[in-house]
Amino acid sequence: MNTTILENNQTHAYSENGIVYPSSGVMLDLVHLKKVYPTPKGDYIVLEDLNLQIMKEEFVTIIGHSGCGKTTMLSMIAGLNNISGGAISVLGKHIKGPGPDRGVIFQSPSLMPWMTALENVLLGVNQVFPHVPKSQRRDIAKYYLQKVGLEDAFNKKATELSQGMQQRVGIARAFAIKPKVLLLDEPFGMLDSLTRGELQDILIEIWNKEKITAVMITHDVDEAIFLADRVVMMTSGPKAKIGDILNIDFERPRTRKSVLDHDDYYKYRKHLIDFLEH
Amino acid sequence: MKQSITLGSVTKFIGLAGFLETIKNVFTGKLDKEDLKNIFRKVIMPLASVLLFFAVWYLGANKLHEIEADHLINKALVEQGPAEAEKLRACIASGDKSCQPNALPSPVQVWGAYQTLLADHYLISADKKAFIEKTAAINEKRIANGEKPITYTGRPSFVDQIFTSIITVFAGFLLALFIAVPIGIVIGLSPTLRSSVNWLIQIFKPVSPVVWFLLVFMIVKTFTKNSSSDSAFIICFISVGLCSMWATLVNTAMGVSSVDKDYINVAKVLKLGPMQKVFKVILPSSLPLIFTGLRITLSVAWMVLIAIELLAQSPGLGLFVWEEFQNGANDSNSKIIAAMFVIGLIGFMLDRIMLTIQKMVSFNKND
Repeated sequence: MNTTILENNQTHAYSENGIVYPSSGVMLDLVHLKKVYPTPKGDYIVLEDLNLQIMKEEFVTIIGHSGCGKTTMLSMIAGLNNISGGAISVLGKHIKGPGPDRGVIFQSPSLMPWMTALENVLLGVNQVFPHVPKSQRRDIAKYYLQKVGLEDAFNKKATELSQGMQQRVGIARAFAIKPKVLLLDEPFGMLDSLTRGELQDILIEIWNKEKITAVMITHDVDEAIFLADRVVMMTSGPKAKIGDILNIDFERPRTRKSVLDHDDYYKYRKHLIDFLEH
Repeated sequence: MKQSITLGSVTKFIGLAGFLETIKNVFTGKLDKEDLKNIFRKVIMPLASVLLFFAVWYLGANKLHEIEADHLINKALVEQGPAEAEKLRACIASGDKSCQPNALPSPVQVWGAYQTLLADHYLISADKKAFIEKTAAINEKRIANGEKPITYTGRPSFVDQIFTSIITVFAGFLLALFIAVPIGIVIGLSPTLRSSVNWLIQIFKPVSPVVWFLLVFMIVKTFTKNSSSDSAFIICFISVGLCSMWATLVNTAMGVSSVDKDYINVAKVLKLGPMQKVFKVILPSSLPLIFTGLRITLSVAWMVLIAIELLAQSPGLGLFVWEEFQNGANDSNSKIIAAMFVIGLIGFMLDRIMLTIQKMVSFNKND
């Protein structure tokens, strides 16, 4: 495990068990993925033959109609939902159940309401870095809370924070455990558009530093383009699969203005909307 | 969080905040139309209901008194002749205590009973103090010789009975807490265990306090055969605990088994160990429900305590009420009603204390 936890943005290569993985490799691999829910009227096939490879340090957004199985797919990657067929592997290793190598930012902030912001982040940090001294663990948690702009709210109870601030804690909690893959399930869906913009900026800023492979579900076409290297479009269920993939060739770091001013922006936007309205 | 106890927090605690706040506004001259509405709703109507209550009680008691008196006079007329009947009528009219019929006491009589009980308490405590002073020297010697000290064995006063009852109810409550919360957590965590003991909970939950008392009596009797300890007290608090623990048991099991799925998912993603999952996620999130259960348990405990004390012949308010009823003196009924109000008030205070604790552990802003 990487012990230089803070400010390690110089090297993005992962070294584990002495093996150094090249940063160009595949991080997350979904092969012939299938999800079936048995119902009284027979099996309901949500996903079938879904194949997707996500590279290291890649930010992928997934877009599709409601109920198409995006969230099912994400929770299968997180290990919270059983796999009916096919396989999911992280760095070539098949996943078995949930684990802190795949951090999740849930749709609702899902903070423990009886804990403070700091305690919520520490819950994960303590779990993932049990051998790091206590003061250093606190520093890690504080560092990420600062990164999301909550330096004044360390000791506030989760219930005292607004929805947007709670989701910031959710972001800090997910990054602080240094996952290999970050899974975001429509994390800004419940926020108003101003707060959503703020949080997108915060997310992309912290992501630019950490470069953690990210898979994010969204309903928002602009959000999908602004954040992603690739936008994955899913077909409507049942038997949903990957419909189309759009490469977003804006250089990073991006600003909202540079993205909006870019000539290709409306071309991308039209592509996505055409797919969704198809 | 630490704040000094202000008048405001005290009045809010006993549920009089709205009432006193409105009165304060009347005197400080801050009044508008909304306030007048509030005064009507929060001051005038509650006071009116109190007055109405006492009026109905007073008139009802007088009426019952009249009916009883007529009955007594008629009886005297038939059995002893007109002269005796007339004497009795005069005696009742004069208010002489010795010939009053035994009926529902009026508020005035109950107030009198309170004063009698208090005076009695001062008398007994003075007596007790004197006794302790008198035996202090002897007791010291006895203890030095390894003998048992002489203790005061006189009649307990009404106030002593109140404290005995409160101690008993707390003993019962603690017993319920130490049995119901751990068992509730265990069966809440395991659906298998929950369904396997469900029949037991469903059958024992509605059992009457009287039957619990008899059951506990059957068991405790065996254990206390050769000991000199106060078995009435033990039987009493165990029965109270067993009878009242079910609300806590059911609520704890429900709280533990119905933790928000989001929190469980967070625990799963972070791969918290089983102990950490229980102590960091499941227990804190079910605390509000556990405390709701404890609050119900305490109020049930206080309610059944009176009946069980009466059955167990264990000192306390229940026994006091029963003894007064058996006693049948001319102020017995007043004392029973006096005890009733004390029981009600203490029950109310206990509930308020639990409500405050419940609010403290609840993490929802809006509670």
